[in-house]
Amino acid sequence: MSQYRMQIMVCSGTGCSNLNSEAIFDNLQLEIEAFALENEIQVVRTGCFGLCGLGPVVRVMPGEVIYTRVTPDDAAEIVTEHVLKGRKVERLLHKDPVSRKILSTEPELSPFKKQLRIVLRNCGIIDPENIEEAIAANGYEALAKALTELTPDDAIKIIKDSGLRGRGGGGFPTGLKWEIARNNQAEEKYVVCNADEGDPGAFMDRSVLEGDPHAVLEAMAICGYCIGAGKGLIYIRAEYPLAVARLKTAISQAREYGLLGNNIMGTGFNFDIEIKYGAGAFVCGEETALIHSMEGLRGEPTVKPPFPAESGFRGKPTNVNNVETFACISPVILKGADWFRSIGTEKSKGTKVFALAGKINNVGLVEVPMGTTLREVIFEIGGGIRDGKKFKAAQTGGPSGGCLTEKHLDTPIDFDNLVAAGSMMGSGGLIVMDEDDCMVSVAKFFLEFTVEESCGKCSPCRIGNKRLHELLEHITKGKGTPADLDRLRNMSKVIKDTSLCGLGQSSPNPVLSTLDNFIEEYVSHVTVKKCPAGQCRDLMEYFIIEANCVGCTACARVCPVNAITGVRKEPHVINPEICIKCGACKEKCKFDAIIIH
Amino acid sequence: MKTIKSPEELKRLRNEILGRRHPKGEGTNDKVLIRVHSGTSGLASGANEIFDFITLELEKRNIDAVVIRTGDMGYCFAEPTIEVTLPGKQPVVFGYVDKLKADEIIEKYIKGGGLVEGILPVNYQTIE
Repeated sequence: MSQYRMQIMVCSGTGCSNLNSEAIFDNLQLEIEAFALENEIQVVRTGCFGLCGLGPVVRVMPGEVIYTRVTPDDAAEIVTEHVLKGRKVERLLHKDPVSRKILSTEPELSPFKKQLRIVLRNCGIIDPENIEEAIAANGYEALAKALTELTPDDAIKIIKDSGLRGRGGGGFPTGLKWEIARNNQAEEKYVVCNADEGDPGAFMDRSVLEGDPHAVLEAMAICGYCIGAGKGLIYIRAEYPLAVARLKTAISQAREYGLLGNNIMGTGFNFDIEIKYGAGAFVCGEETALIHSMEGLRGEPTVKPPFPAESGFRGKPTNVNNVETFACISPVILKGADWFRSIGTEKSKGTKVFALAGKINNVGLVEVPMGTTLREVIFEIGGGIRDGKKFKAAQTGGPSGGCLTEKHLDTPIDFDNLVAAGSMMGSGGLIVMDEDDCMVSVAKFFLEFTVEESCGKCSPCRIGNKRLHELLEHITKGKGTPADLDRLRNMSKVIKDTSLCGLGQSSPNPVLSTLDNFIEEYVSHVTVKKCPAGQCRDLMEYFIIEANCVGCTACARVCPVNAITGVRKEPHVINPEICIKCGACKEKCKFDAIIIH
Repeated sequence: MKTIKSPEELKRLRNEILGRRHPKGEGTNDKVLIRVHSGTSGLASGANEIFDFITLELEKRNIDAVVIRTGDMGYCFAEPTIEVTLPGKQPVVFGYVDKLKADEIIEKYIKGGGLVEGILPVNYQTIE
């Protein structure tokens, strides 16, 4: 059908464009035209290949040959060798950095596909509102297998052996959790799916529910079978209307097909699922608070033990798992524990979905095997830092986590390595910060969030976080003293040690981790009262460089408080006493004469 | 609607659906398959409009195709995104799709097999 014999794709992602991929495109085009091949060979620009470290990248189809680090001068050789003679240009093929061996260019075996989609296997592929599409993609196959071929203990053993750990943040072994719930005898038990995704910047649960709701329903039924529960509850935030709508459709379709309800697939197993709505409180992601909220009580955590596995929803044994954890279950049951174990690191198996946000080019979701390095995630899959700026830090684990810096870029990401690096996996939000971000402000931002979201039940969290936030506010306003830094550290430790639930126990983490990694920024704020990133407004000073100013008066005219004075065609000055640091003058200046001190 | 009464029936149903078309859309289909990624980020960038436009235009231009809505693939930076699978070919994902781009995709890629700018290369593997 294709009218072209060959297609040459030139990456025009931000990374490759900065390395002049546009010139490669032009040269390829010229060469093709020189041989009058433009009707046979098409040259086209494409989006990011996720290979920014090897850019600029050119890919030739058919054959899926990928050339890396191509220069505009290579265009002629690609055309004369590859296009005309059908010989690959060996020199430009991607080689192993150590052995210098040419790595396979076969697409399936290539190192180019760093992502492995288990959780997101059907997202964007199937129609979530049509159960037949899910069934065609092996949906409910694992449930059928569990119900007919496996005893609950067998199924739990598979999950245990697979090494699957909870994806909601804690990383507790899922199989063990199920086993505990199974061993607690009761007439009624519950399976709860925690879809109260609250970390700022994390949205993988939403995407799974929107793209593949049946994966979660099926896994909940499997869990029900394993622990002996007949009822499942999905606790989802009402802010996810689309996910709620698709879940509802999915549940009613599953009931219609006899995949939920009584006597599922004729096996005598009964299981049904109900949706419970949350009002979007961060603390309700904590399992005891979540259960209270579902019971109609205040969303406040209680002391564990008793764990929900002993006494959860309505005092009955309850197993709570996160959406992403559930989405891993079916493949594990179908493909076996050994398959899952073969992916990931020693103590963290499988894959993890990360939501990339912040100053990164390819904002979105990526799923990579555990043990992938931060560098690969940010610079290769994520396409690098926006506007070619310098990487400063990545916040993982949201407001409960910490930041990872340049020295952590090559650490393989898994549960334990992140904790060792002073952060945590959390639900997988990854917020990338560049050189323009002030780390004190970052810590302040997260504290603002926890202050807002603290339920107020225990005083260390309610009062302590408020005080921490005030101290940070003080520092960013230039009123801090070196003694404040010790105070920050001490107070953080006390809050961590004495808070009731995970929210308070982890809320000072962003402060501690920025103190550890960026102490010089804090010191600069409290001693010379300067913000190195130039973000703290109260510490800025706008200044006109005399040599650059032509006296056009544009800045003086735009200043809302008349802080800029000067004679036309002569350098102007800003009066720092009056200046409110709004930045309007800097934006207006065409001569780069205004700088921030 | 039929209720599935045994695991065998589930298998039978799957095979029946698969006989009608391939779930991941590779090749066995004789129709063009277009997936419009309509999760929250897709919809927020106008996926609905693109869905309507493509459905209408394909009909107008007499192209036999199946257009479905799916969740998002995670390419939030390039929404709206659509995936086009021509019969016998690997799926191709296009990003930053507006009506102009959608028109170009229909005219150039769907009709002629020529690529259009805005392709998001596949950088992941999935499981079967």
